[in-house]
Amino acid sequence: MTKIQARNRLYLLLVAIVIGLLAPLVVYPVFLMKILCFALFACAFNLLLGFTGLLSFGHAAFFGGAAYVTGHALSVWGLPFELGILAGTLAATVMGAIVGKLAIRRQGIYFAMVTLALAQLIYFLCLQAPFTGGENGQQGIPRGFALGILDLSNNTTLYYVVLVIFSLGFGLVYRVINSPFGQVLKAVRENEPRAISLGYDTDRVKLTAFIVSSALAGLAGATKAVVFQLASLTDVHWHMSGEVVLMTLLGGVGTLIGPVVGAGVVVTLQNTLSSGPLNAYVPVVLGGIFVVCVLAFRRGIVGEIKALIKQSF
Amino acid sequence: MSEHILETQNLTKEFKGFVAVSNVNLSVKTGHIHALIGPNGAGKSTVFNLVTRFLTATTGKILFEGRDITTTKPADIARLGMVRSFQISAVFPHMSVRENVRVALQRATGSAYHFWKSATSLNELNARADDLLEQVGLLSHADALTVELPYGRKRALELATTLALDPRLMLLDEPTQGMGHEDVGRITDLIRKVSANRTILMVEHNLSVVSRLCDRITVLQRGAVLTEGNYEQVSADPQVRAAYLGGSHAA
Repeated sequence: MTKIQARNRLYLLLVAIVIGLLAPLVVYPVFLMKILCFALFACAFNLLLGFTGLLSFGHAAFFGGAAYVTGHALSVWGLPFELGILAGTLAATVMGAIVGKLAIRRQGIYFAMVTLALAQLIYFLCLQAPFTGGENGQQGIPRGFALGILDLSNNTTLYYVVLVIFSLGFGLVYRVINSPFGQVLKAVRENEPRAISLGYDTDRVKLTAFIVSSALAGLAGATKAVVFQLASLTDVHWHMSGEVVLMTLLGGVGTLIGPVVGAGVVVTLQNTLSSGPLNAYVPVVLGGIFVVCVLAFRRGIVGEIKALIKQSF
Repeated sequence: MSEHILETQNLTKEFKGFVAVSNVNLSVKTGHIHALIGPNGAGKSTVFNLVTRFLTATTGKILFEGRDITTTKPADIARLGMVRSFQISAVFPHMSVRENVRVALQRATGSAYHFWKSATSLNELNARADDLLEQVGLLSHADALTVELPYGRKRALELATTLALDPRLMLLDEPTQGMGHEDVGRITDLIRKVSANRTILMVEHNLSVVSRLCDRITVLQRGAVLTEGNYEQVSADPQVRAAYLGGSHAA
């Protein structure tokens, strides 16, 4: 990275921090938190698709699974906020290790199919298991207090806590991508047989990435459960896995902030459309956008902007 | 050190009834440049994939420095000191030229799973990477994106990346394939240069390259060894002339 690039990146970061801090003064905090949760989810997914070259079609299992575990930990076990989030994240990590271990034996579309199949298995477990509340889901999950003192029933307070969680997750993704491990990930994505011939155990590399990604997806789901005080079948449904693919592709796969932008666009569209006359057609509109994206701007919003900037200099 | 760095015993590979490689006994002498030649479909690349364990042999045994590696994982083969190249240039296209070599150097540092460190910690490998790039004449392109290199240079980069592992046995799959005349000459010189202190087994179609470089040649035909010897012996063999050169045209 050149000095100018590094400086520009610093400016961008500062602007983002200011926007993040001031946003709840202008926009409804719950809406912002929803964007942050999905943005983190999409970043986790992008770590796999964009930076490892693995298309997981079962990430809802980690997102929704973590939401259930956190919901259960907070409402039934009565754990404090932090431990509740941690429990959900850990559960997603363990699920990620198992699903990943089974799925990485296959490549390409077969990998995607195995993740989808295992995620459906988890979906039906969630439908039947007593602690998930079946069709009703878990409702009224208590938000509690962060660090024992910050009252999270206040939306603005909770927003800042969620902002911190998001920043930590986003920071981890940034670190992973720009680390020695990130270099190996890139090599595996670019040319797996060559990476093997250089002595890399690429299955283990991919599994590590898969586990980190599912843990972060879990963190996003756990946080979402606290924000909405709800964990439901929607969170583990394969629609959710599809939605995160859409967010990532729309924002720009393989770019750092693409998934954040994509999540923002999709969540905003869902919220605006569902209160208007197009209420029943939200999936149709999103589907249309997806088609246009794939046909006309394949690099996604951020990817296209990046390409434009590169061209004009 | 054993006399033969690589040996195969009755190596056979069948694909659903089709025998691609049958009973190949190959012995590569330590320090030699050994060529594997033969017409298209003779099984040269399959032998390559078998000894580097990218494919699993149906029957037979593979020994590397006397150690049985018939069931070793391909990544472990590389760690033992046998590193292969590929028929299609095997580079990491969207990494810089230097990063390509560096990622090979990185493996031995044990930092492959260090996801909490900054990638700038890898900069300490840059000097060694640049050394290797200089050897293959690519130092001036170190910061270029690999995908933008011309084909011949990609092959040179591949060689530098392979050398980064300092392998005792290097397997090159058609290193001059698809190259212009100048590049062929340069790569040939390069291979000779890097062959000091190591053994090379190469698949090669270009017979002038083979004659200039190789100490010993094994000719494969329809998956089996037709004959073996130095260039003079092999090229004088009427069987080889008939099978490989179609009898009439010499290379």
